[in-house]
Amino acid sequence: MKSALICLIAIVEREGLRFLSQRGRFFAALVRPLVWLIVFAAGFRAALGLSIAPPYQTYITYEVYIVPGLCGMVQLFNGMQSSLSLVYDREMGSMRLLLTSPMPRWWLLVCKLFAGTVISIIQVYAFLAIAALAGIDFPVTGYLLLFPVLLMTGMMMGALGLFLSSTIRQLENFAGVMNFVIFPMFFLSTALYPLWKMAEASTVLRDICAFNPFSHAVEFIRFALYGQINGWALGWTAIAFAIFLAGSLIGYDPARSSVGLKGK
Amino acid sequence: MNENGKFQKGGLTVGELTHHYGSKCALDNVSFKITAGTFCALLGPNGAGKSTLFALLTRLLLPAAGKVTIAGIDLSQNPRTALSKMGVVFQQPTLDLDLTVRQNLYYYAALHGISRPKARSLAERALKRLGMAERVDEKVRTLNGGHRRRTEIARALLHGPELLLLDEPTVGLDPEARRSITRHVHQLAAGDGLTVLWATHLVDEVDDADQLVLLHRGQVAANGICAEVRGSDPLSDFFHRLTGSETQ
Repeated sequence: MKSALICLIAIVEREGLRFLSQRGRFFAALVRPLVWLIVFAAGFRAALGLSIAPPYQTYITYEVYIVPGLCGMVQLFNGMQSSLSLVYDREMGSMRLLLTSPMPRWWLLVCKLFAGTVISIIQVYAFLAIAALAGIDFPVTGYLLLFPVLLMTGMMMGALGLFLSSTIRQLENFAGVMNFVIFPMFFLSTALYPLWKMAEASTVLRDICAFNPFSHAVEFIRFALYGQINGWALGWTAIAFAIFLAGSLIGYDPARSSVGLKGK
Repeated sequence: MNENGKFQKGGLTVGELTHHYGSKCALDNVSFKITAGTFCALLGPNGAGKSTLFALLTRLLLPAAGKVTIAGIDLSQNPRTALSKMGVVFQQPTLDLDLTVRQNLYYYAALHGISRPKARSLAERALKRLGMAERVDEKVRTLNGGHRRRTEIARALLHGPELLLLDEPTVGLDPEARRSITRHVHQLAAGDGLTVLWATHLVDEVDDADQLVLLHRGQVAANGICAEVRGSDPLSDFFHRLTGSETQ
């Protein structure tokens, strides 16, 4: 137990040190949602009317609406960044160091997930601090409740990245993942538009959005920001996490794949 | 590792190891034994199956058939204990370039469940052994190839393994760095009792007193003390005769 904790702390520390040495990554992580908030939301503010729906108790501006989605976006892209870094580590061979540790492999992968999630939470709070400076703020209880929720949503999106990294054979294929997984996942969700708005355009699109685990992560975050727990979103996020993690464990199982051998 | 810096005695037994990549047989019934404290050179041309063998020994792959015993522990039955008894230096560098030598060693220690205070003294000893103690706070990115390799070997020795596996560790190094590292690892076996499996395709890294396992097309083509196995032929000629490959 003590050894497992030592291992967890070291992996989080390593990710933290790498994150600190890659300042560009931090700014990129902040600039992306801020551009959406300042440019995209400002443009769509007049075009999109939003009705009152939980957790909102009054009319809100579009900027307020998309903040939870942008928090999710930070975590989604961070999960993919971790995935990219895992593929890179595997291509370069450094993944082997981790996989030949005497710690159980599932624990090593969970540690990697947790470390990536901690980094994404720092990024989300930094984004929320800037949003607050721009006048988009939330109740203090919301900020506090958001922390455990971000842990869960971050683990879910990190597990998706981990699963994808176990299936990607070459670094060059990562662009395909961006096009066919990340962008559809983000746009076909409630991050930018509520479900009822999507239903006005197409019920099929609405159904896809309702099925998308990223939608549930966003709703989980949205409710948490107002001090509420959305049980349905929690359940979906937990199920998606379990499925993605199981897929990752299978993908990194030495009996089923040769992931540790990439780069030879 | 005991208080005198000597390694615990533990050998390696590879029994009828077989592995396939799809329909291609990469290793076919490979068997050999390395007794404790022996330097064993795993010699073979490129594509002979050395890296596959390393992947099986480190459990990056699971064999189709066969058995590996490390320091008396069955790798398939008790992988965690078996892995804890070996140190590995991979062919490709696995150091984090943005971290210092010290941070890299601490990270490795933690992957073995070693606490920071204990890791501090172990890292100090391992780096001192490899002549890297004065570079402990330098970022790996600033080190030359030879020093990076020394750091990797120090890291692999940090937890006091009984078996050290090195997969073509001198690739890309200049002749002086290559000689120095080869000499040093021989000393670890001869002086400190460490069991070493050193994969290479370079015959000049093998001493006459070393155990030689010659791998060719996934099979053991020769196994024994190098001087006895090669007979009166120079090792390069012997190697060429058995494999048809030119040595460097």
